[in-house]
Amino acid sequence: MALTKADMAEMLFEELGMNKRDAKDLVELFFEEIRAALEQGEQVKLSGFGNFDLRNKNQRPGRNPKTGQEIPITARRVVTFRAGQKLKSRIDVFEGEAEEETNWV
Amino acid sequence: MTKSELIEVLAHQQTHLPYKDVETAVKKLIEQMSDSLSKGERIEIRGFGSFSLHFRPPRVGRNPKTGAAVPLTGKYVPHFKPGKELRERVNAS
Repeated sequence: MALTKADMAEMLFEELGMNKRDAKDLVELFFEEIRAALEQGEQVKLSGFGNFDLRNKNQRPGRNPKTGQEIPITARRVVTFRAGQKLKSRIDVFEGEAEEETNWV
Repeated sequence: MTKSELIEVLAHQQTHLPYKDVETAVKKLIEQMSDSLSKGERIEIRGFGSFSLHFRPPRVGRNPKTGAAVPLTGKYVPHFKPGKELRERVNAS
């Protein structure tokens, strides 16, 4: 089972006694403010977790995988996530099977 | 934007909540996300993105100083895939 916004709001309700309405709003705003900062071109650094960085990609040649037809992939700005040292070392000791990866085509 | 700036912005918008509560909440949320990934559990936030672990198979590495071959065990690394809304908003501006 994946962690969702509903689980996160539930945690705020259970562990901090925040009312459900406030908890739901706060989780929503938490992600919205990160999106807004990135949209403004601002890097987001959450210590203990990681950094969301922006990268500008130049146009490059691509292909329609179905037809094989060549089409350029236009220049764009993308978000990348770099996990912080603390998160990386916690994951490093993970030995179980990660949940099955869904590969969307 | 740093974690403390994010707390600042959120506290400013939710003025009926004590600053301290917003601060604790943000720290708890980040902790919960870290805990979840550390257990191999995915995080899925519609419109924002998903976090998962990718497996890096064992390989033979090299000590850059001596050039000696060093066997490295497989490991998991965190991976983030931005969601549609985030991708579009970041690319539009």
